Amino acid sequence: MSETQAYEKPQPVIDPGTKPFWDAAREHRLSIPRCRACGKHHFYPRELCPHCHSDDLEWTDASGKGEIYSYTIARKPAGPVFAADVPYVIAMIALDEGPRMLTNIVTKDVERAAIGDRVTVKFDDVTPELTLPKFTLDKD
Amino acid sequence: MAREAVIVGVGDVPLKEGRVVGGGSVLQVQARAAKAALDDARIPMRDVDGLLVAGLWGVPGPGQLPSVTLGEYLGIHPRFADTTNIGGSAFEAHVAHAAMAIEKGYCDVALIVYGSTQKSERSRALGGRPSVLTMQFENVWGIPQPVGGYALAARRHMHEFGTTEEQLAEIAVATRKWASLNPAATMRDPITIDDVMNSTKVSDPLKLLDCCLVTDGAGAIVMTTADNARAHGAKMTHIRGYGEAHTHWSIGAMPDLARLTAAEMSSQRAFQMAGVSHDAIDLVECYDSFTITVLMTLEALGFCKRGEGGQFVMNQRTAPGGAFPLNTNGGGLSYCHPGMYGIFLLVEAVRQLRGEAGDRQVKKVDTALVHGTGGTLSSGATVILANS
Ligand SMILES: [Zn+2]
Repeated sequence: MSETQAYEKPQPVIDPGTKPFWDAAREHRLSIPRCRACGKHHFYPRELCPHCHSDDLEWTDASGKGEIYSYTIARKPAGPVFAADVPYVIAMIALDEGPRMLTNIVTKDVERAAIGDRVTVKFDDVTPELTLPKFTLDKD
Repeated sequence: MAREAVIVGVGDVPLKEGRVVGGGSVLQVQARAAKAALDDARIPMRDVDGLLVAGLWGVPGPGQLPSVTLGEYLGIHPRFADTTNIGGSAFEAHVAHAAMAIEKGYCDVALIVYGSTQKSERSRALGGRPSVLTMQFENVWGIPQPVGGYALAARRHMHEFGTTEEQLAEIAVATRKWASLNPAATMRDPITIDDVMNSTKVSDPLKLLDCCLVTDGAGAIVMTTADNARAHGAKMTHIRGYGEAHTHWSIGAMPDLARLTAAEMSSQRAFQMAGVSHDAIDLVECYDSFTITVLMTLEALGFCKRGEGGQFVMNQRTAPGGAFPLNTNGGGLSYCHPGMYGIFLLVEAVRQLRGEAGDRQVKKVDTALVHGTGGTLSSGATVILANS
């Protein structure tokens, strides 16, 4: 994506709790928290493990692999800034590490996405400061 | 003898083509609904000492403290306030909270109020959630909310259980039939399964006729003790059980997209408290933000098994004359949907219990279940109401 073109879509208001995730994304790493107490990963990042409520957490690089848990094809945009993208796929990915995350599937044919499809992260540098971890279909 | 909290008044404001008749600010329409409910209860405004409000109005601004603002506007000084906002199910939770406050003696007359003028104002306050805190992981993907979250749930439900778009359409068609019997309903012309299937795609698999309306509206409920109700000669609706729960807001944090966990939790507690079985329920009023909401709610409430909601609603089972009367005012899908719809479920259930529902009156309604859903399948609150 051209860096001179203004990016007008919603951008995250990054806070101290989420900065490590967005910083890693800019370096094309999918970093998510893992709990040292129970061993489980979670997403989005929190101060306490949502599984066992321990505060003994660490950031780990996820594999960037997973499968589609569910998806929708937006036929109406989420506001005018997404109008040019219609139709586009919003998917909930079950990462191989366990947590689910919402994202976009980047594909030429939106009708191809299906639940269970294997997917791989594809980083989209939408501005010099912001990279969005989107996903592609392994079958594409 | 212990104090028993009962519902003694319900009120709403007239709508035409989804707009409040005569217009009005969001405070005016709430005042009109409050007066209608208090007149119905034969209780004067000055007796109200509990005020329960949840809304999407006046933010940023006076709506940030909605009960304080509305109490001032109504000219009352409540000694009990509850502004619990768990989405469109808030008012079912308010009934529970008011019942506990009244039975404890913390207040004597509770007024629950909601209003919205979103259609007249051409606003939809739900849109454009700022990308802060938890929403920074949701907004950036362009998910049209709230429909996108419900679409994700619908797709997953179809995948796990074989639920079809035609089965979802059954709900929209049946609900429209009820609306055709309600002169206050916004959309009254009959529709067919094909009409739903061919309606504009919004967020697959949900189409325009799977989605609730965007209208104005205002409603109010008055509660007091059974003794006070008798003293005023008010009609009494008994509250047999209630429960509430919430599990997430971000759709990514929903525990199971094909299962309405909050409704399971809230309804199990309500049934337990009421001490009645599903067979005792004559009528169900449940939140229908989208057709999938209804299908998942019926499963979660236990009226059918998990995964069998699609089969359950087939052959117009929930339509007028069907075996399972549901959303008898025409619901959020066809009657009105002013942002947070849950108060209208209560208004309709009480009218049906009293036998005041006109052409759409269901025969022999002694016990009704009301279930609200809020957020993005986030919260659930259940109330079981009865005539005795
Ligand atoms: Zn843990």
